[in-house]
Amino acid sequence: MSAARPDVTGIEAPVYLHYHFTAGTAPARFLARLREGLLSGQRCPRCGNVYIPARGSCPACGVPTTEEVLLPDRGTVQSFTIVHIPIPGNPIEPPYVVANIVLDGANISFIHLLSDCVNEAVRIGQRVQAVWRPPEEWDYAMDNIRHFRPLDEPDVPVERIGTLPVSGPGVPR
Amino acid sequence: MREIAVVAFSQSACVADIGAVNEVELIMPQLQAVYAQVGLNSAQDVDFVCSGSCDYLQGAAFAFVAGVDALGAVPPLKESHVEMDAAWALYEAVLKIRTGHADSALLYGFGKSSPGELPAVLSQRLDPYYLAPLWLDTVSLAALQARMLLDSGSITESDMAAVVSRSRQNAQANPLAQLAGDVGVAALLQDDYLLAPLRRGDCAPVSDGAAAMIIATVEQARRWGVPYVRLTGIDQRIESHNPCMRDLTDSVSTRQAAAAAGVHEAALDVAEIYAPFSHQEIILTRALGLDEATVVNPSGGVLAGNLMMASGLARVGEVFQRIVNGDARRGVAHATSGPCLQHNLVAVLEGA
Repeated sequence: MSAARPDVTGIEAPVYLHYHFTAGTAPARFLARLREGLLSGQRCPRCGNVYIPARGSCPACGVPTTEEVLLPDRGTVQSFTIVHIPIPGNPIEPPYVVANIVLDGANISFIHLLSDCVNEAVRIGQRVQAVWRPPEEWDYAMDNIRHFRPLDEPDVPVERIGTLPVSGPGVPR
Repeated sequence: MREIAVVAFSQSACVADIGAVNEVELIMPQLQAVYAQVGLNSAQDVDFVCSGSCDYLQGAAFAFVAGVDALGAVPPLKESHVEMDAAWALYEAVLKIRTGHADSALLYGFGKSSPGELPAVLSQRLDPYYLAPLWLDTVSLAALQARMLLDSGSITESDMAAVVSRSRQNAQANPLAQLAGDVGVAALLQDDYLLAPLRRGDCAPVSDGAAAMIIATVEQARRWGVPYVRLTGIDQRIESHNPCMRDLTDSVSTRQAAAAAGVHEAALDVAEIYAPFSHQEIILTRALGLDEATVVNPSGGVLAGNLMMASGLARVGEVFQRIVNGDARRGVAHATSGPCLQHNLVAVLEGA
């Protein structure tokens, strides 16, 4: 036929699939409340645990959660990490702190940024509060909360983290 | 070998778009329904749990893990998953029980197909080197298969329309069906082609939903004191992933699985066949060796509503329900996976 052509050793085959994503009934309620600047969890009718954000079930008991529980924007650091390595596409300048935070009245943590703090002084049991964006910027998104900042309160003992009432740790004994 | 009993089954209605419901919310009502049928409290009351789903449907890696939130996995459960129809979760559980590693099992399958373009989504489950990059979608592949059948002279377009007509007729008695009605062959043949030679009616609709089942040893079923149906045979066979390398006008794997599952050892009252395209029901009816004595797809089959990753399990469930209700004594259930009936599972169920 013709002069030898180079072997084809690979092709590019990009995959694009388009989805109309929906979060679910329970997460949609969480997001709708978040749009109003409220933090909404759900309580398990069997074990009483409060989940935020709830996915519609108690993952421990396997039963639907329907009772809504509004939670304060104050909580406790359950664990954390100090990020030193830049992540491509992430606008946040390292080093910064990512923490698992349990809100007062909740029994499960979520991940958020912890800022306005001395990174080296962040610790498990530290009390924190949400720093919200201005209401006109609120959307159906967790970054309505810009970050959490430390509160000038006594630390919560490790064994009490994730068990506090909505009213918070109260007066230390 | 330990005898297996099917003791409970539940399936959601097939709906075109269930809206803002996530997989956990899709699964939980079916799990609660099968617990109630047996009198169980939760998944903690069975020895093994296995699910079937496809992460591509949701478009999220490890989406099936989120489904476990529906189970109540504290304390931990013995749990497994197949990236396939839950009929294969049933197969895994049957092996688990037969080999003595469990006495009972909960199975569930779920699929929310509405968020994506299903034929394109399923194309990405093809061989990733030669077929998936071509975006060879399921409807196109099935149309090629139907064309080969028509060209071979072994079926006509009227035969295909007759399958659709009977599906719609039968589905009128199935409150969970998505498509039902009194529509004749002549009317169906007047429809435009979706992708020649397939008309829209020849293709299963896109549906959202879930199904769940509980099986156990016959001894455990008796201890529970619930009506049960014996699963006397189950077998699955797979053919080449390359559709060019097999005879698409036949289903050798179905025929082999049927023989191994003991389909022909006695008369069959009912057959529930997973045929997402009308011509495939004809191929499968022939491969299963069914005659006039067997009622095929009394539920309407998947042409009346197709829960991806749950429809195969639901075929077994439909046969189970007909035997438990006394409408049939012995039946066969079939499940398929892959393009143009690549992979097939056959199960035989008999009254206790």
